[in-house]
Amino acid sequence: MNHFSSFLILLIAFVGVFMQSSFDALRNLSGAQIDILPALIIYTALTHDLVSMSLLGVLGGLWTDSLSANALGASVLPLSLIGLITYQSRSLLLRENTYAQFVLGASASALVPLCTVVTLLGLGDHPIIGWGSLWQLLVMAAAGGVLTPLCFLVFDRINLALNYRPATENSFRQDRQIKRGRQ
Amino acid sequence: MYIKRPHYVALISVLLLALLLFKLPSQSVNKIKLAIGALFLPLFGLSNTTHAALNKTGNSVVPRSDLIRQNEEFRKENQELKLRLRQSDEAWRENGQFREILGWQKQVPWKLKLSRVVGRDPANWWRTMQINVGARDGIRLNAPVLTTDGLVGRISALGDTRAQVLLLGDPNLRVGAVVEGETRETGVILSNTSKPLENNMVDLGFLSRNSAVKPGQPVVTSGDGGIFPKGILIGHVVDSRPVEYGLSTEARVKLAARFSALEEVWVMLP
Repeated sequence: MNHFSSFLILLIAFVGVFMQSSFDALRNLSGAQIDILPALIIYTALTHDLVSMSLLGVLGGLWTDSLSANALGASVLPLSLIGLITYQSRSLLLRENTYAQFVLGASASALVPLCTVVTLLGLGDHPIIGWGSLWQLLVMAAAGGVLTPLCFLVFDRINLALNYRPATENSFRQDRQIKRGRQ
Repeated sequence: MYIKRPHYVALISVLLLALLLFKLPSQSVNKIKLAIGALFLPLFGLSNTTHAALNKTGNSVVPRSDLIRQNEEFRKENQELKLRLRQSDEAWRENGQFREILGWQKQVPWKLKLSRVVGRDPANWWRTMQINVGARDGIRLNAPVLTTDGLVGRISALGDTRAQVLLLGDPNLRVGAVVEGETRETGVILSNTSKPLENNMVDLGFLSRNSAVKPGQPVVTSGDGGIFPKGILIGHVVDSRPVEYGLSTEARVKLAARFSALEEVWVMLP
């Protein structure tokens, strides 16, 4: 995976956080604002190196907290931890299966806000939580579940378009050649 | 599960960073937040420009007859408001004279600054927004923010060109309020924390046990606390119920300002 791909992920995370802050249509419609960062962290943890994943966790969290009333760093911890856990177990996950991507994205999108709220409560803040928060979690999980396979689809297409294609192996092998006649 | 060394390093680094950020003094945190948030300024600017261009395009396709009709309506409204302003100026002058005779503190007319809402809190568990004016425009921390419909909140963090507004309904904002009517019941506007989906409702707590608030009664700021001036409309009572085993009453208040459609707000200058 090259640096351009990591840069692109960070750029999309940056624009995603801005759009979360600027566009209210979905919030007004469903009562919950969706978050693209959990879906991106799952994609990065499954396809990129540890540095790219950690960078996304730290920068994405800081960007979100800078536009929010969250304590600075409250979003960094859950994002990075979920990214690290996914990265650690990526050899065991069916990362190319769309259903697995959906489940991972949905789980991360529900766990990240949940852990952030727990962190905030631990820090002595009083965020707005109630029965309606369950609905918000459900909307965020569903949106994250849909966004994760989309991330795979879009980034795979971009990588395919911008990277060198891997050289195809020739089926001809010198050592398997049947040699006729006397040597 | 086998954990490799680089994973430990990443985990410990993130934990240390988070701990460091949590332990920083609030002033430093605010400065860092504003500095990081400033990275978004070009995007906020772009969004504003696009919005203005779309509005301009939308205005250019409005039929001339509609514009003439609207212009006529605004002209009439303007004349009516001018007359009312003259009347209120006279009342203001008289009020000032009476206050002077009684030895009461002189009232100062509000100085307001129009600002544009550039963003809302990306998290679902806070009610804050960002506006495009800051310390450079003469705004001060805790300045009240309102619309022509009613109170919106107060400034909670301040940058040079940007400010964060704490909206009514956020758990960190409490406002002293009076229910207008014969009894003029006083209470405190609290967050409707148990219902995060109702962003146009707040609770009016600490009302007396035998409170007789009725649905539809207006609720205005009481002026207690020194942040919000007296008499700004907050909303209207929807219903009330006894709380804390009947020791006090709590009323639900529908906010007068339309929070889901806030585009421009007025910030009160010192």
